[in-house]
Amino acid sequence: MRESSYISAHEVAAGVRSGEWSARQVVDEHLAAIEAGDGDIHAFLHVDVDGARASADAVDAQVAVGEDPGPLAGVPVALKDNMCTRGVPTTCSSRILEGWVPPYDATVVERLAAAGAVAVGKTNLDEFAMGSSTENSAFGPTRNPHDTSRVPGGSSGGSAAAVAAGFSPLAFGSDTGGSIRQPAALCGVVGLKPTYGRVSRYGLIAFASSLDQIGPFSRTVADAALALQVIGGPDPRDATSAPQAQPDYLASLGDGVEGLRVGVVSELLAMEGVAPEVAAQARAAADALAAAGAKVEEVSVPAVTYGLSAYYLIAPAEASSNLARFDGVRYGLRVDAATTDEMMVATRTQGFGAEVKRRIMLGTYALSAGYYDAFYGQAQRVRTLITRDFAAAYEKVDVLLSPTSPTTAFALGDKTADPLTMYLNDVCTIPSNLSGDPAVSVPFGTGADGLPIGVQVLAPALGEVAMLRTAQTLEAAAP
Amino acid sequence: MTIVFSTVDSDEIHTVTSGDTTYELVCGLEVHAELATATKMFSGAPNRFGDDPNTNIDPVTLGLPGSLPVVNEKAVELAVRFGCAVGSEIRRSVFARKNYFYPDMPKDFQISQYDLPIVNEGTIELPGGHVVGLERAHLEEDTGKSTHVGGAGRIAGADHSLVDYNRAGVPLLEIVSRPHVRTPEQARQYVAELRSILVAAGVSDGKMEEGSLRVDANISVRPVGSDALGTRCEIKNLNSLRSLGRAIEYEAQRQADLLEAGEAVEQQTRHWDEESGRTSKMRSKEEADDYRYFPEPDLLPVDPDPAWVEEIRAALPPMPAARRHALASATGVTLPDETVALIVERGQEAQALGAIEAGADPARVLVHVSQNLSGDGGADVAAERVAALVALETSDALTATQAKQVLAEMVTSEESPEDIAAAKGFEAMDTGALEAMVDEVIADHPDEWEQLRTGDEKTKGKLTGFFVGRVMGVSKGQADGKAVTALLRTRADG
Amino acid sequence: MAFGGRKGPAYDAAMADRITRDDVALVARLARLELTDEELGTFTGQLQAVLGHATDVEALDLSGVPPTAHPLPLGNVLRPDVEGPTLDRAEVLASAPQVEDDRFRVPTILGEAP
Repeated sequence: MRESSYISAHEVAAGVRSGEWSARQVVDEHLAAIEAGDGDIHAFLHVDVDGARASADAVDAQVAVGEDPGPLAGVPVALKDNMCTRGVPTTCSSRILEGWVPPYDATVVERLAAAGAVAVGKTNLDEFAMGSSTENSAFGPTRNPHDTSRVPGGSSGGSAAAVAAGFSPLAFGSDTGGSIRQPAALCGVVGLKPTYGRVSRYGLIAFASSLDQIGPFSRTVADAALALQVIGGPDPRDATSAPQAQPDYLASLGDGVEGLRVGVVSELLAMEGVAPEVAAQARAAADALAAAGAKVEEVSVPAVTYGLSAYYLIAPAEASSNLARFDGVRYGLRVDAATTDEMMVATRTQGFGAEVKRRIMLGTYALSAGYYDAFYGQAQRVRTLITRDFAAAYEKVDVLLSPTSPTTAFALGDKTADPLTMYLNDVCTIPSNLSGDPAVSVPFGTGADGLPIGVQVLAPALGEVAMLRTAQTLEAAAP
Repeated sequence: MTIVFSTVDSDEIHTVTSGDTTYELVCGLEVHAELATATKMFSGAPNRFGDDPNTNIDPVTLGLPGSLPVVNEKAVELAVRFGCAVGSEIRRSVFARKNYFYPDMPKDFQISQYDLPIVNEGTIELPGGHVVGLERAHLEEDTGKSTHVGGAGRIAGADHSLVDYNRAGVPLLEIVSRPHVRTPEQARQYVAELRSILVAAGVSDGKMEEGSLRVDANISVRPVGSDALGTRCEIKNLNSLRSLGRAIEYEAQRQADLLEAGEAVEQQTRHWDEESGRTSKMRSKEEADDYRYFPEPDLLPVDPDPAWVEEIRAALPPMPAARRHALASATGVTLPDETVALIVERGQEAQALGAIEAGADPARVLVHVSQNLSGDGGADVAAERVAALVALETSDALTATQAKQVLAEMVTSEESPEDIAAAKGFEAMDTGALEAMVDEVIADHPDEWEQLRTGDEKTKGKLTGFFVGRVMGVSKGQADGKAVTALLRTRADG
Repeated sequence: MAFGGRKGPAYDAAMADRITRDDVALVARLARLELTDEELGTFTGQLQAVLGHATDVEALDLSGVPPTAHPLPLGNVLRPDVEGPTLDRAEVLASAPQVEDDRFRVPTILGEAP
């Protein structure tokens, strides 16, 4: 067995299914890696040693009697701590969920278990997924495995770091405005946001319901495809889940990009704050695709420039409502007071961190009497513009290309003073959340600081197949 | 909402006087009906009344983090059924979130339809003939239930409260009338008629005592003849038809007194207290929360397929108003008619129509079925037997009183009306015996007789009634009232 | 009837600048959050900055553009009226802050539900 730290999910599953090694052996090696390395990184909020070993033993027992445990047989996976896991604490990195143990599993968690995956623990995030650096965690920040003085990105920083550090071949995150893709770029791993509705949100603690989507982190594009195959597909418990059956993502993965039409989004190359070295890597990626036989051109998607503004009206508005339920009555933290109203105020005031409060207030304001049309209503119309502009671009090309994050990983504390500066991190990733289209970040080169740079491949709704083919071509061509 | 509706003409208008001014009542009703589904509005937890606390719960019911709502198809069907039953338009509808913090609301927002309800417009024709327009009916979810500990079980003064979420998420249809209700009696009729429609269409069990039907009244007054709408107050906690009528009367008078004293009516939500017979302020509109409505992002629009709606419409049984019209036209009665309303309310049209078809006099049939067959088993008396009884009555073989007694017996006996009458010794009384009785009563009451002979028409009528009553007494109800009246007239004129 | 409640004032470009301390205090109350004086000042400045950034969006004339509420053009997603699993009461109450008589206990409630 290769050094477990960098073995792929495909390799683990193949070895476990064939009996070459046991799931228990694999999980123990990964638990040892976590034990040894997570003190510096803090990717995990909770490592479920006993649960992971029990799951691995169950997989081995299946293999022993000739049953197939599934496509992720014995693969250790890390889950962002905003996905409900029955019997395992789920905190959203917030004090307000202190003491809560979910009595049910998220659909994604169920599907991973059914595919033979072994959940090793819950990963750190910006509180309620609000942030781009994982510094907004009530339990302390996560550090970038490539340079521990730097952030891993966010909000799924713990999951990105876990995969980058070799703690698990696969991790799962949620992406509302770039929370999978941006940390993937900063940590040098693959991060995929599927089409909105492709993966059930049931059991994902909501940030912004119309934007949230679960997706995988992996070290290879093929592993991302495999993971999506397992977690995706219709779910009757999520009314917004796409009814379409999933195509076989792996079948055409090696088909390359010969004849594929690729558009480089000019507005995203020139977007506010995009570092020249990052734009340069996106152009280099376009050249690599052209060299592989794709027809590359630059295309314009004008409305993406309004994405950030629209996002910071829609996401906080939905969040302000989604987070109302944390009131100290039914679960989690309660700060005692004489009346129920005072108890709710005290609980929420002590339970939420500053960024969460900021967004709740922003969203409450955007929805309040008199402002709905100017803010939320207007932002929903901008969504229509962005969707239309993307649709127009996809009449000319099959996939689009852009930078993922404007810069490489920045230092801890660099952007915490000014919220708006932090928000600008998501300027290239937000548009596909607003349109609902899929996008994936693939590592492509490094910056002058030696840290990873990511390139983003975007595709029309349910167009993951072409997107993955393009991503794999970039993976092969990466410098 | 600032939409102004014109009120409709009503034959009757409830007025209240304060000082020198007479004010008229304008009232609209909001009825929340719990739907007769097996499960909740947005999840598979059971919709069942009376279970142990916090047993009918799942992640969605409790609003657990990560849970998602999915619309119950049956709830949509029941809303469509209701809409079809009251002549509404069924439209594309969108769920929205109504945001407010309250411990019985698990998510601290309620999912409800806001600007795009599923049921639009419609009318409800009351048994009294008045027609009340509907503005809309929309789907939403119920809240949990709080029990207050200490302070005599009331919220005010309680030490703490306990919340049971069994009711949370139960599907509700909120039915909003236009301000077309003009009297307390119309309000009572409206709720009773609505209940009959909901039950007939299988939409709700309509049990007010279990909270399946809850009524809020929007009440305002204005000077008689005015076209403007006054400021309204919303009255809550109306748990029976009796409370509804009393609360409307009280509140109309309260508002009239305020206006007459030169004060403005403040837009408020008020609480009806059954014991004191008064309403009291819960909160004013200015204090009301800003609900920050926005479209529910976890749900998609519900736009019922017109073919499905037609299927539902075609499968509906006839509604009470249609049945009243059918019975009235079959019996030649003009609506509104109380006997017709009663028979339809109790579902005894088949019995009445069967008896008429078998040749019985419609007027007598309506009276007997509505009044004398209302008790247990009354509805089970075969139409042919009712017809046979009415035939005995119309052929003067039995008096009205005797017929009523025979009918009472027919409810528990399978014997023919003739046999029952014979067994009771009911025979048409011969003229001689009747004359003797009349003369005896006249002799016993010489003063009254003198007044009857010499008095004006009014006195004559009154005393005729007196003498008929006495003769009935002496004959133990067996005398024919019409024959006695005729005899008295002959004697008086003689 | 418009979303957000009462019909508000017509938008003008300076509105974002006008979010005042009082507005923030009101919004905090609506959201059941308590702010210190210092926090009130900080949050007011930060919200002004974010809303200021959004003026580009607010200034667009989008009167002919329909809003997008959902990325997917779906509708009529309904579930059959069939009972599903319920939660174990003991497991749920074990995670509750305070329980009495199998119910969730809360302090005195001031005022009836709206």
